Amino acid sequence: MAQRKERIDRGIKVRSDDVFVLTSWREMLYLAAPRVVPVVALFVLGLVAGPYWERVLISTCMFALLAISWDLLNSAGMVSLGQALFFGVGAYIAGTLNHYLGLPPGLTIPIATIGGGLLCTLALLPVLRLRGIYFAMVTLILPMMIERVIEATKIFGGTEGISGLSTLGNEHLEFWLAAVVVFVALFGFRRMMGADYGLLLKGINDNDRAVMSAGMNIYFYKAQALFMASAVGAFAGAFMTHAYQFVGMPVFALDYSMIPIASVAVGGMGTLAGPMLGSFILVPLSELLRGLGGLRVVIYAVILVVFTVGLPEGIFHYLSRKYNQFERWVGVER
Amino acid sequence: MLEGTLIYGFINSVILMLVALGFSVTFGISGVANFAYGALYVMTGFLSWLGLNALGLPYWIAAPAAVVITAAVAALIYWFILLRVRGLVVSEVIATFGVGLAILELFRYLGFIGFEYTLPPIIDASVMIGDTYVDAQRLCIVATGILLAAFLWFFTHYTKTGLAFRGIAQDERTALTLGINGDKVAALSVAFGAGYGALAALVILPLGTIAVNEGYNVLVNALAVCIVGGLGSTVGIIVASFLIGFAQILTATYLETSWMMLVSLVAILAILVIKPSGLFGHQKQLEERI
Repeated sequence: MAQRKERIDRGIKVRSDDVFVLTSWREMLYLAAPRVVPVVALFVLGLVAGPYWERVLISTCMFALLAISWDLLNSAGMVSLGQALFFGVGAYIAGTLNHYLGLPPGLTIPIATIGGGLLCTLALLPVLRLRGIYFAMVTLILPMMIERVIEATKIFGGTEGISGLSTLGNEHLEFWLAAVVVFVALFGFRRMMGADYGLLLKGINDNDRAVMSAGMNIYFYKAQALFMASAVGAFAGAFMTHAYQFVGMPVFALDYSMIPIASVAVGGMGTLAGPMLGSFILVPLSELLRGLGGLRVVIYAVILVVFTVGLPEGIFHYLSRKYNQFERWVGVER
Repeated sequence: MLEGTLIYGFINSVILMLVALGFSVTFGISGVANFAYGALYVMTGFLSWLGLNALGLPYWIAAPAAVVITAAVAALIYWFILLRVRGLVVSEVIATFGVGLAILELFRYLGFIGFEYTLPPIIDASVMIGDTYVDAQRLCIVATGILLAAFLWFFTHYTKTGLAFRGIAQDERTALTLGINGDKVAALSVAFGAGYGALAALVILPLGTIAVNEGYNVLVNALAVCIVGGLGSTVGIIVASFLIGFAQILTATYLETSWMMLVSLVAILAILVIKPSGLFGHQKQLEERI
């Protein structure tokens, strides 16, 4: 007899999700556990990790931010192949302000976040009028071009870059700041995507003409989403600049575009938590594979393709299905 | 001076056109933006180098073999990867980008870096046009460019496969009712585009060394020309490559060589502000294919 798999929401999910009859500790735990456990786990990891792995965790958090920013853009119908653009612009703004004007990191990072967001939004504004792969093409081209321009015009230290920038202080402070920002971004944007505003952004992705016919100016909303995403990316860039005390052409490297996309592919699109999960798998993995050198990028690319084609839903969707639903085989009538 | 600028501007334009043609053809027919295009271009170079130097084959076997293998690889990419995500723009773009990256970085990892990776020119001679010294390879590029563009027109108008290409480009479902297998034709179109890229690689690469980074440059150039000309429009590609090509050579002559890359960036931004679907983009703004 033919069978199919039936998936039904668990009772506890239904009770705690929509109706809000939280009658027991068990239900509250059911809701809280998937949110609290990762937060606690990250901070505990930060406490027990040595200096080396603490730095890895910091850069993991920054890649997670880039991946979240990618997912946010994608939710509003923009496919970016150049997260390095946001990252690099933020990094250079922070680096130059710190080097030439001597501003402390406490000022440069906020300025780079807002300024980088505005700059990237302005640069990509013309592309917003077009749907489809135009956005992907232009975002792929821009970071490569900027790299060439810096090389050609020798501005901001040219190929050498600027080194000797000021740090944020001590390592633990850096880690705590990175972790807090990542979780604020994650939960904040998840909240936003769940609200009416998020629905509007998703509507632009699904059917922009329907949103237009509802009387919404989609370009204005797209620009807002773009600003939020690029500001997040620029923050990551500015933060890493001060963490490494260096800014140079490598900030526009393909890695910063590639790893976020791979994280999203592994973690699962459209959830914001998936991309973060993905980067917490991929970035530490790449540290372990450091000995392989150039082959790492190949491995990333292969993971990317395999997950995109073979498991398009990603790990996070899979896990959340197991957590929220039970499955059973039922007979199918012919 | 002016004469030389004009001649080299013309040659540079034809190079750009050759590079962009394959990418544009594939997109125009099947709507697949093949971001692995640059990688396939470089792969042709390395394959024919391997054929010539590692296997010791004569040029007339090694070069065509490289083209055929490249086209076959492109068809395989379509059949085993793209077919499964067809129509999902995000996945198509990411998958082709990932494949391209994997190919390019694998070559880099295997140590294909250096000045010894060069292809022999097809004709090793030089001629004087007026007062300007032009090597025969560059004339060969111009001839190939004109031939390929003409062949494309002939192929899509007078052969059965070419007509099928135009059929699925216009309306895939109607084409299906007329007995055209959309998947097979789309796979063919990806292979066809990659074959065009491979032929371009064979004539252009002898001008310099085969470098992994060339793959990214080629992709960027192809994208720039396609954006300016309008995606999928062959006339647009030709016009845009002449605009950008001459502008690049003029910049290199009167300003500095390092500013050349800026030209395409400025051209892209200008065209996106003025006429976002490109000079000859026949799709309306909101009705872009994907």
